[in-house]
Formats: sequence, C-alpha cells, structure tokens
Amino acid sequence: MSSFVANTKNEVQEMLKVIGAKSIDDLFLDIHSRHQPKSFNIPNGLSEFEVLERIRSIASKNDARLVSFLGAGFYDHYVPEAVSALTSRAEFYTAYTPYQPESSQGILQALYEYQSMIATLTNMDVVNASLYDGGTALYEAMMMAIRINGRKKILMDGGVSPIYRKIIRSYTSNFDIEFKEMPVVHGRADREAIKNILDDKTSAIILQNPNFFGAIDDHSDIIKEAHSRGILVIESVYPISLGILKTPGEMDADIVTGEGQSLGLSLNFGGPYLGFIATKRKYVRKMPGRIVGQTEDKYGQRCFVNTLQAREQHIRREKATSNICTNVALCAVQAAIFMSLLGKQGLKDLAQLNFEKAEFARKTLGEIKGVEVKRSSPTFNEFVVCLPKKAKDVVEEMIKKGFASGFPLAKYYPEMENYLLVAVTEKRTKDEIVSFAKNLEGVLCS
Amino acid sequence: MQLIFEKSVPERKGFQVPKSDVSITTTIPDAYIRKTDCLWPEVSELDVVRHFTRLSNLNYSLDANFYPLGSCTMKYNPKFTEKAASIKGFANLHPLLPQLDGSLVQGALEVLYEMDRLLSEITGMDDFTMQPLAGAHGELTGVMLIAAYHRAKSNKKKYIIVPDSAHGTNPASAAIAGYDIVSVATDKNGVLSLKDLKEKITDELAGVMLTSPNTLGIFNSDIDKIADLVHQVDGLMYYDGANLNALLGRARPGDLGFDVVHVNLHKTFATPHGGGGPGSGPVGVKKNLTKFLPISRVVKRNDHTYALDYDYPDSIGYVAPFYGNFSVILKAYAYILMLGKEGLCETSDHAVLNANYIMARLKKYYDLPFDRTCMHECVFSASRQEKKGVHAIDIAKFLIDKNFHPPTVYFPLIVKEAIMIEPTETESKQEMDQFIEAMIESAQLAESNSEEFKNFPQTTPISRPDEVKAAKDIACNYFLDK
Repeated sequence: MSSFVANTKNEVQEMLKVIGAKSIDDLFLDIHSRHQPKSFNIPNGLSEFEVLERIRSIASKNDARLVSFLGAGFYDHYVPEAVSALTSRAEFYTAYTPYQPESSQGILQALYEYQSMIATLTNMDVVNASLYDGGTALYEAMMMAIRINGRKKILMDGGVSPIYRKIIRSYTSNFDIEFKEMPVVHGRADREAIKNILDDKTSAIILQNPNFFGAIDDHSDIIKEAHSRGILVIESVYPISLGILKTPGEMDADIVTGEGQSLGLSLNFGGPYLGFIATKRKYVRKMPGRIVGQTEDKYGQRCFVNTLQAREQHIRREKATSNICTNVALCAVQAAIFMSLLGKQGLKDLAQLNFEKAEFARKTLGEIKGVEVKRSSPTFNEFVVCLPKKAKDVVEEMIKKGFASGFPLAKYYPEMENYLLVAVTEKRTKDEIVSFAKNLEGVLCS
Repeated sequence: MQLIFEKSVPERKGFQVPKSDVSITTTIPDAYIRKTDCLWPEVSELDVVRHFTRLSNLNYSLDANFYPLGSCTMKYNPKFTEKAASIKGFANLHPLLPQLDGSLVQGALEVLYEMDRLLSEITGMDDFTMQPLAGAHGELTGVMLIAAYHRAKSNKKKYIIVPDSAHGTNPASAAIAGYDIVSVATDKNGVLSLKDLKEKITDELAGVMLTSPNTLGIFNSDIDKIADLVHQVDGLMYYDGANLNALLGRARPGDLGFDVVHVNLHKTFATPHGGGGPGSGPVGVKKNLTKFLPISRVVKRNDHTYALDYDYPDSIGYVAPFYGNFSVILKAYAYILMLGKEGLCETSDHAVLNANYIMARLKKYYDLPFDRTCMHECVFSASRQEKKGVHAIDIAKFLIDKNFHPPTVYFPLIVKEAIMIEPTETESKQEMDQFIEAMIESAQLAESNSEEFKNFPQTTPISRPDEVKAAKDIACNYFLDK
C-alpha cells in the first residue's frame, strides 16, 4: 500500500459492504475484458529518499553553473527569499481555482492586487488574472483585437520575439488571418515602412519594447497613425524595463502583454511562466481569461470574486472567446509578492541598475578589437554585438570558460551569423563582466 | 482585509536593491523615460510577509480541508515533489541553453524524454509532447493535431462532436481551433447516446471529444464501438484526460481506440494546482499523428544522450515557447517514480472505491440521476432539496461552515442542481464519514428548516458576494476603483 492511500484492508471490507460489492474489481465491471491494457510496463515504486537521490543525480547532468549573459526574453534576475517562502505556503499552492469565493478570499484578493500592480506598471486600466505565458498572451491579444474591430490583417514587427511570432503562426494556421511581418532596420521599428503599409483591413500592429534586439523606442507616433485608421496597437513589454521606460499607457497602446517571469519567477527551463495582458477600460469585456473583480457581500463588506465568467467556457461553450480554464494563478501571486517587496522605488532602482550594468558591459565589450556594438537607438539591459567570427562558435568556446555568453541570433535571423544578443541583469558583477570581456577577447584572438 | 496598497507608507522599503559597482556616463534620452510613477506599494518585508500570510489564511486548501471537487481531482500533493522541483540544477536552468549547447541540459532533456515514455505506456499511446501548459491548452493542441491530420490528407472536415456532458473547455477548444461543434445527447444510462451519435456522423466529421469515465463518473462500455464508427469516416477520437485517475492500470485510452489524448498532470499525477494554475497538459498521439506533434521534440540518440529535434516539416509548430511547464512535469515525474506500477493501480482502485462508498451512503438522502456503479466521482441532484427552496449552491455554502470545500455544483450541465463529488484515493474513511455526516445534516436541515440556508456560510470572513454587481460595475484595478 503506498503512503498516499489511507484505506486499510479492514476499511476496504467495511466500505465494500456498504456499497454491496464483493471486491474492488466488482466496481470496474463496466470495463470489459476486451478493454484490458495491452501492457502496463511501469517500473516498481521507490521510496522518497530514492526518488530524490535519482532526481539529484539527473539534475547534476545539467550545467547550471555558467555565468549567464543569456536573455532573449527570459532573464536571470534575483528572486528575494520571501517570495518563495510565501508562495510555498500550502494554503496558496494546494488550493484549486476559487470557485467558492467565501473560501478563497486570500487568492482572490492577491490576484486583485496583482491586477492592480500590473495596471500601474503598464499604465493601463484593466488586467486579467494571468495567462500561461508571454507568447500565448500575445496570441490572445491579437485575437482580442480581431474581435474588437472585426478586421483580419495583422502587422507584426520583426523586432517582436521570433519565439512569440512562431507561436502566433501555429495557433492561427486554421484561420483566415493575413500576416505581414516588417523587417527590422538597425534595431528600431521601421516606422516609415509600417505607416506606408497600413490600410483599412489592418486589425492590429504588434510591437515590442524593448524589442528582441534590446532597442528601446517610443511608439507614440505609430500608435497615433494607427488609431487614425481604426487600427489597434498591441505592445509586448519586458516588465522590469518599465521601472524607467516610457509606458505603453503613456504611448496610448490599446493592448499590452508581456512575460512576467522576471517578476520573481525562476527560469525553470521554460515554465511555469506568467503571461499578462492589460487593456483600456472600454475593452474589458473583450479581454480573455479570468478577471477578479471587487464587489460587496451581503453585509456590505468589500470582497472579491471571479467575474465576467459568462463569456468563458462555462456557459456559452462553443461561442466561448477563449478556452482558458487553468491560468497560472500561483505565478501571479508570486509576482504580486515580488512587486510588493520591490515597491515603487525598488522598481526604479532595479531598472536603473540593470541599465547601468548593461551599459558598462556594452562599453567594455565595445573596447575589444573586432567587436562592434550594434546600436542605432538606446538599449535597456540587452544589446547586440557583431563578432569577427560566427557567434555560435564563439559561444561554444565561451562555455568552456564558464560563460553562457548570449544568444546567437542566427538561430532566428539566418543572415546574422556573427551577431550575439547579450543580456546583463543586476546579478552580474563588475568582475564577472570584466572577466567575460577578457575571456571573449581571448577566444576571438585564438 | 486591507489591501496591500492601503498599508503603503511613503519611503518604506521591502527589498534592498544592490548598490551599483559600475560607473557609467550614458543616460536614456528623456523621450524614452516614463513620466508617471508606478504606484507599487511602499511596505517593509515584514509588512509583505504578514499581508500574504494573512491572505493565505483566508484560503481553503487541500492540506487543511477535504476538497471533493468533482472533475478537478484534488488529491494530496506529496511534499517531496516540491523539493525535487527546487533543486538548483533545474530551477535556475535557462530555456535557451540548449541553443548554445545541448550537452548543458542533458538532465532536463532526460526528464522530458522519460515522461514521454512513461505517459505513453500509461495511456497506451506512441508519442507525447510535454508542451501544452494546461489541460485546456492540451485540448487545443490535440484539436490542432486533428486538423493537421485532415489537412495533410486533404479531408474536407467541418465539425467536432462533443457530448452534452463534456467539460466546457472541449467545445471552446474545438471552436478556437476552427471547427463547428455538434452536441450529442446523453442517454438514460448516463452515457453518450449511440443512436444520436450515429445520426450525427457524416463524412465531414473531424473528430469526437470524449472523457472516460464521463463527467457523470460513468465508464462507457461501448467506447471501442464508438471509436470504430468514428474511424469509419476517418474521424479521430480525442480523449480528455481529466478523468484518467479512474483508469490507471485498468484501461488505456490508446487500447480503446483513441488517437489523441491529453493528461492533466495536476490531477492524475498530483502536482499542486496553485489556486488555479500552473497546470500542465501533455498530449499523446498514435504513431500516424506523431509527425504533426509540436516542435521541438526530445530524442534519445544511439549513444544515450538526448537532443532537441526540430526537423518535423509537418509539425503544427510551437504551442508554447519551450518545453512545457517544466517544473510541473518534474514534480509529476517524481510522483510516478515513487508510486510505480503498483501505486498507480492502487490509485484508481481506491479513488473508485471511495467514490462508490460516498455514493452508497448518500443515495438515501439525495436524488441520484444515474443510479449505477460510478468510477472516481459520483453525481447527485439536489432536486429533492430544491422543492423545499434549497439549491445546490445553498448546500455548498452550508458545507463551508462544516469546514469542507464544497463539491462541484451545477456541473455537469445535464443534471439539474448537480452536486458532483470526487473524494480521490487519498482521503481516509474517517474524513469521508465526516463529510457524509455533513451532507446528511444538510439534507435533514433542508427538510426541517430550509429558510436557514440563506444564512450560510457564517464562519467565513465574507458571505455571499454580489456577483451581479461585480459583473455590472467592473472593478478590477485598485487605482481606478478607489
């Protein structure tokens, strides 16, 4: 008997007697003999100690000791200990979706606070209680735009994460949506090309700030032009950068999405992450996913509930605008705790520190002979360098020296064989950056 | 309770950002700088710790309370899996590392590969993708695979059949993947009506989405016959794995004629659900659909090393940025290793035993729309109580005061005043007996004093929120609402 089943032999007999069955097998009579598994070759069970030893041994096959300058949308930020201490409270992590608000005010209030914090971060009006990740959030934003203005053409800037662009393409393969992808010129969005291509069939423009190459921009002019033609603008953003950068709300963007991993979540080899989506008040009923709303209970006390559920899968079923059921509530709570700890000033300080470290790294790397820093507009904490050799080969050499030196751009942009995308967070010290540069110089000279 | 914003005091800090050890001369031009402050609260670390600890105390959780939410499979989440997921070699791993060099992440790839093999064996499928980030995401991925299959064969398919008892996400997922939905009725035995199904099968049928046991907790003995009918028009069978906890070692969807399955790791394989996620919904397929699976796929080379393979030209592409909710997958992996073959079989045996025990003891007190042996969950109707003016939701609120998380109510939609109870294998007889007593007490009170139900719950910090007001005057952002 495994330790997760409580019933003893005697209890099983007592229960069978109440049921009126002779054996547990009798309860499975609806499964005919022809339905029996053809095989069920699963290894025998192990003790807790053995399992953990096995997992540790598997973990040791990963190389997690590299000093990391790898970003590309997913960042190695420091997570304060209080974040995991609080999210590992079983009252949060062993609960289910808050279907009974009286029993779930804790998670509901935390999600309301999360929504409010993302709203003030992005300067938008309304935020939902989370989506799976930044990529699926961007897809949902695009579908939302199509629902709002009923048009079928989408413009995607080449500076939007290629990972997200691929996700959007997969999801929409059965739909009649026309995509136009704009090539990137020297980092920033090519506003002239974008403005020239806009027409009355365009539903939305998808932009990213800072873009995949780290370049920062002010998209206000594009947004103004888009609005004059009834086109919506969706911005994908990196939340930490908004500690100092002009917000999508200040630019008058219509829908904002992003990856919340940098708000207190570990990298976890790709998940779970946290997709956020924010929009203007007038579009709240078009926003997918769960929303926690404030209301009053029968005594007039403030309380919180899942609201606008009617447009979800529960009731209209085949007319549902989204099939979201599970979101990533715990990740949203985790982010709320992180954002609370950081506070108004902490966010500014953290963003400024990331910027400074990256600027120092950019300057230091730029001094290496043969390394060219590619930058036509300012960057936040990530930038592109052009190397005198193939970036992929340089990266492999640098791994031997203990560095994950960045993302070789050729993976998504074949013409950029020598280009490397370098990210620097607050965790990288001056010594590490200097040592990184020295080793890079060594690799390039050899 | 006060909001964290209401506890904010200017200049208070909850976290010390490190001092800069570099000096630079550059600044960001003013045009790119934010003009308005972000209004995150200004609180100390202890303020934050107390605030969220107190919030956590306002939550019912599985660790503190019986949580018999039908179809949600809220079984105990063993603690050691949390430890497994927090091991540094996994928690800090950047998802793009394999793009630099696959040898850096051999351990992580091994976990993904092994889970693919284990889930394939458990469900009787040939290959799995770990990418889908939740059960409903798995459904969407599965229907996208069905669409890719038909597109490759130039089949003209228009619709998906979904039973009227299905999870609400099924029709939504199929619609989002571009199909029309046709509903099929449930017959008097509580299973899909074969007659209705036959009438609705045409050459334009792309597939059928079923969960088995269904949401009434009933296993359909004709399941293989249904699969034959559907396959005759080259339709595909989709298995919604939400109720797989009932079948481990007893039957495998792959052997029953299903072509695509998703499993909810947070249900059958006991990973915590975090108040609504993260979940994880891996999807398995039969060999003829493998080439359509999302990329990347993990492969094992002849030298026993693992690699990511992107070379699948027929793939539906990316449904998630990377390899799925890795840490959830890791927890499920640890759980399966611990249970092993015998433990998995025992899981279903006792989940089914417990559900039948509750059903047997309560059927005198509540109407049972389908009175037959159930699988891992049983569905009652509060129609008898409704005649006295007591609804399923009132019974739910009564149970809250008895310290139980209520069962699922008003689902499945085909049962009037439905109460769906799923005890899972991890509950003890003593715990279930107390719950049964509370349910009996509720039925008796409905007979004797139905008026009193309007007062429940009384023990919670708030009672009976005005949901209509919440939907009408949407207030979901403190800074706009205050």
